[in-house]
Amino acid sequence: MADAYRALLGARLRAQTSYRASFALDLLANVGIGLLEFCEIYVIFHNIDVLGGLDWQEALLVFALSNIAFSLADLGFGHLDELPRYLRAGTLDAMLLRPLPLLGQLVTSDISLRRLGRTAIALVVLAYALPTAVADWTPAKLLLVLVTPIAGAAVFAALFVCAAALQFWLVDGGEVANAFTYGGSYVSQYPSSVLHVLLRSFFTFVVPASFVAYLPTLVLLDRSPPTGLPAALGWCAPLAAMAMSVVAAAWWRQGIRHYTGAGG
Amino acid sequence: MSIRALWACFLAGFRRWSAYRAATAAGAFTNTMFGLTKASITVAAIGAAGGTLAGYDVRAGATYAWLTQALLGPVYVFHWDELAQRVRTGDIAVDFARPVDLQLSWLAADLGRAAVTVLPRGIPPIVVGALTFGLTGPDEVDAYVLGALSIVLAVSISFLCRFAVNLCAFWLIEIRGALTLYMVVSGVLCGLIIPVHWFPSWLKALANATPFPSTLQTPVDILSGRVTGVEAVGVFVVQIGWLVATLVLGRLVLARGTHRLVVQGG
Repeated sequence: MADAYRALLGARLRAQTSYRASFALDLLANVGIGLLEFCEIYVIFHNIDVLGGLDWQEALLVFALSNIAFSLADLGFGHLDELPRYLRAGTLDAMLLRPLPLLGQLVTSDISLRRLGRTAIALVVLAYALPTAVADWTPAKLLLVLVTPIAGAAVFAALFVCAAALQFWLVDGGEVANAFTYGGSYVSQYPSSVLHVLLRSFFTFVVPASFVAYLPTLVLLDRSPPTGLPAALGWCAPLAAMAMSVVAAAWWRQGIRHYTGAGG
Repeated sequence: MSIRALWACFLAGFRRWSAYRAATAAGAFTNTMFGLTKASITVAAIGAAGGTLAGYDVRAGATYAWLTQALLGPVYVFHWDELAQRVRTGDIAVDFARPVDLQLSWLAADLGRAAVTVLPRGIPPIVVGALTFGLTGPDEVDAYVLGALSIVLAVSISFLCRFAVNLCAFWLIEIRGALTLYMVVSGVLCGLIIPVHWFPSWLKALANATPFPSTLQTPVDILSGRVTGVEAVGVFVVQIGWLVATLVLGRLVLARGTHRLVVQGG
């Protein structure tokens, strides 16, 4: 089965890079997305010095961790957004007939290398912010910096799968799910201490957006959350990712079971 | 070409989009959820600046955040490639054969789309914003009339820009990169994410050299009472200027593109 995926992935990657001008433009557009997300933070800190208890360099750390995680998840899973199109057109039925799991087929159907453009910008910002924001390094902190983006990517990937599973029921109303995927990404770029307690709790314990960047950043800065949560939560991004993945897998199975085909 | 034909296009757009009720409700829900976060960040930034930031106090900042959330659906700040796909597939030839002006008929249909979505997508964020943050608005009725007209112009300018960018499909086979780039640049410069008034001077100058502030920041400024009286009329006149400019630009691109068009088949 691994061979089948390798063949599928290889074909997709070759297909994307063979039209060089289009690929270059796509990649450039995604660098643009990264830059403009950055612009948002830049404009805010052009006007003020501290937001939600974080200064410019510290806020950039949150921004970078969040963007690396989201862009990696977007690379692998972002195109699950297209599911309603397959549902309406009935093309999903063809995929169900093939001897590979549906989710595996969908994920490998459009791995989007162009999204690495946004990852690149986030990595540059991380390289700039890390040395200036973090004072004393320990091996544990180094481990945290390496693990957090991967766990964060897993959180967003699981959110994308949950959102896709929701499409089996919603079809036309699929945009609702954007509030949690893209909405979670938006929240995770900022110190969640600026949010009202209800909204903050939602984006921590229901949609685990705060685990992706803000809480780990506080650990890197040797601070406790001003909101009264234990600082140790900053280490819990992998746990959040696991919990989210279990929910996503269960939800996805329910979704497929609910699906009855486009008829005909 | 008759006004009646354009009116028919407007009604067709209105009816077409009125069919997607679930999508409209979903859009309103998502805009409202984003509004909660956006208003929180805006208000926090104003608080950090000591209570006012570039003329926005807390209530004005919240009003900005919620009005942009209410208007982004009708103005359509999203990815749109319907026309580009028609160029790519050659269906555009059918549009050329119709006895109506291509640009104006599509504009009329888009105004129909905006008309049917403006209330269902606009009212939920405004109600939630008023209940959670509290909103402010101008005192005079005139300002609301001018604001409504300004929304019509904003929708038109936004469409005319998307029309011109979509027509790049005459020259580019794969237009996704160009459209994405357009979406992100216009998204920032129209004041969707951060008010244009907060920009550093170089970025503000750049934004004001484009039609984008006229597609969102201007109606929001008028409806929130940030600009009033002569000043409000001034920004409205700027919008009219951009309407004419983008209309002419679209027609020029269309004329050049038509010369290049060779549709397969007999």
